[in-house]
Amino acid sequence: MLSSDMIQLMWIGLLETLYMTVVSTFVAYIIGLPVGLLLYVTDKDGIKPHTAINQIVGGIVNILRSVPFIILLVAVIPITRAIVGTSIGSTATIVPLVIASAPFVARVVESSIKEVDRGVIEASLSMGASTLQVVYKVLVPEALPSLIFGAAIATTTILGYSAMSGFVGGGGLGTIAINYGYYRSQSDVMLVMVALLVLIVQIFQEIGTWISKKCDKRIK
Amino acid sequence: MYCTLKGPYRKIWAKQGGTTKQIALVLDEFIKDVFFAQERRTNMSKSPIIQIQNLNKTFKSGENTVMALDNINISIERGEIFGIIGLSGAGKSTLVRCINLLEKPTSGRIIVDEQDMTKLSERELRKARQSMGMIFQGFNLLMQRTALENVCFPLELAGVPKSKAKIRAKELLEVVGLTDKENAYPVQLSGGQKQRVAIARALATNPKVLLCDEATSALDPTTTQSILALLKELNQKLGVTIVIITHEMKVIEQICHRVAIIAESRLVELGTIDEVFRNPKTTAAKKLLYPQGEHVEKFTGKGKFLRLVFDGSSTDRPIIANMVLKCGAPVNIAFADTKNIDDKIFGHMIIQLPDNPATVQRMLNYLDEEQITYGEEE
Repeated sequence: MLSSDMIQLMWIGLLETLYMTVVSTFVAYIIGLPVGLLLYVTDKDGIKPHTAINQIVGGIVNILRSVPFIILLVAVIPITRAIVGTSIGSTATIVPLVIASAPFVARVVESSIKEVDRGVIEASLSMGASTLQVVYKVLVPEALPSLIFGAAIATTTILGYSAMSGFVGGGGLGTIAINYGYYRSQSDVMLVMVALLVLIVQIFQEIGTWISKKCDKRIK
Repeated sequence: MYCTLKGPYRKIWAKQGGTTKQIALVLDEFIKDVFFAQERRTNMSKSPIIQIQNLNKTFKSGENTVMALDNINISIERGEIFGIIGLSGAGKSTLVRCINLLEKPTSGRIIVDEQDMTKLSERELRKARQSMGMIFQGFNLLMQRTALENVCFPLELAGVPKSKAKIRAKELLEVVGLTDKENAYPVQLSGGQKQRVAIARALATNPKVLLCDEATSALDPTTTQSILALLKELNQKLGVTIVIITHEMKVIEQICHRVAIIAESRLVELGTIDEVFRNPKTTAAKKLLYPQGEHVEKFTGKGKFLRLVFDGSSTDRPIIANMVLKCGAPVNIAFADTKNIDDKIFGHMIIQLPDNPATVQRMLNYLDEEQITYGEEE
């Protein structure tokens, strides 16, 4: 069976994974939410169409989204070093995680906002709402259930990315799975890691779905 | 003089030195002043609240441009209920959106309450929109807000403090008869209730104009009646000018004072309901009035076919029955389409006369006597 040292290691790994995932998701939303809104608002069918801004921002988002995470992880090491001082450990991993997931979050946000009924936006404009008022009084509150559901998807995706960072010493459950489960062929450790990751994804997804439903006033 | 003279009067008085002649001059000036002030006041209240002048709107779709509105000129008076009717695709929805500039006119002027909407800055336009309410076919309520919060919404936009907004919103929900639903979310309301919330919301900022874009088209007939009754009541109570866009003749008949008919991007007829319904001049108008077609089939058979036109003046007498009794010969009613508007009957009827020239002549004489307009059908 697993030694108590191993269990201790796994416990720390679990905490590191949760730390990376939650902090990265949070920072990714700080960047991705406004970018997603900007993409929606400046779209040619948006409330304030602006082709240049839309194409430049959209272009950057697409470029970042098209680089596979495992490559981005290595490619941004100089940036990571410049910000954190090291490229190893869970705090350092937050940098590539944010760079990779913020554009993803922006697209998820954009697609949630697109679900808001055009008529409601038109009605608010007819009442004299400014662009900013439409954004924070109509778009965000009306899309909230969908935004929360999207956040659950983003969190689980970021969790998956964080495990990948184990290959370059990113810390967390991924590192344990690769160092012990893969390099040392300890299949019992690998099994526990996979089970833990599956469990965490389930929990995040369920919580997200539950809150999303709970706050949706369209459900009777 | 027992009173002190002001401005121009004092000047005239001083210049002339103060004789009877001057008193007359001063009085004259005074009367002119009073008269013109009065006239200005009446002009002000009589000036149309909405003036649409030479309005054009084109849409670009790929290479070609589509003409949505072609040189529209309409004046809408203060306090009236003005109907704009047309078949779908005629451009009437674009027209109403041009009034509050949700659609930007390609050319032409939109003057609302003496303000040229097309010349306003964005900030001024937002301010102007706050004095215009709008309701829609799809209600367009905020789904994540309660009825009360929905009514508060335009007040929040206008910067009214929350507590004040709440009081006003409660008043408005009472006006539309939804006091018990203030904490209900739109999903818990029926179509008619949603439209009532939307009306309350549109009226929250005390607008001078209420624009209705197919506001009853998604509602069943009974609910349509109650919403129309509410609009009529609000028009009378608050004096709010109402512009109604619809494709339903019933809506126009029921509450509008005047009507404009839009067909293929053009304004084809405009007048009071009576005028337009009694004597539709254009085929577009006839198509709307008689959606089943002017006559359903080609009439065959012996005997003349006669089209009788009812213009609202001759309805309290049983014309056809009297004619049959008087002339002693039956007629065949081949087609009839009449409607009751304000207790007068408008419409037309096609009858087949007997195959007997003498009886036909008697019948035509009778119709002449009764002053019924008729014409022979092919």
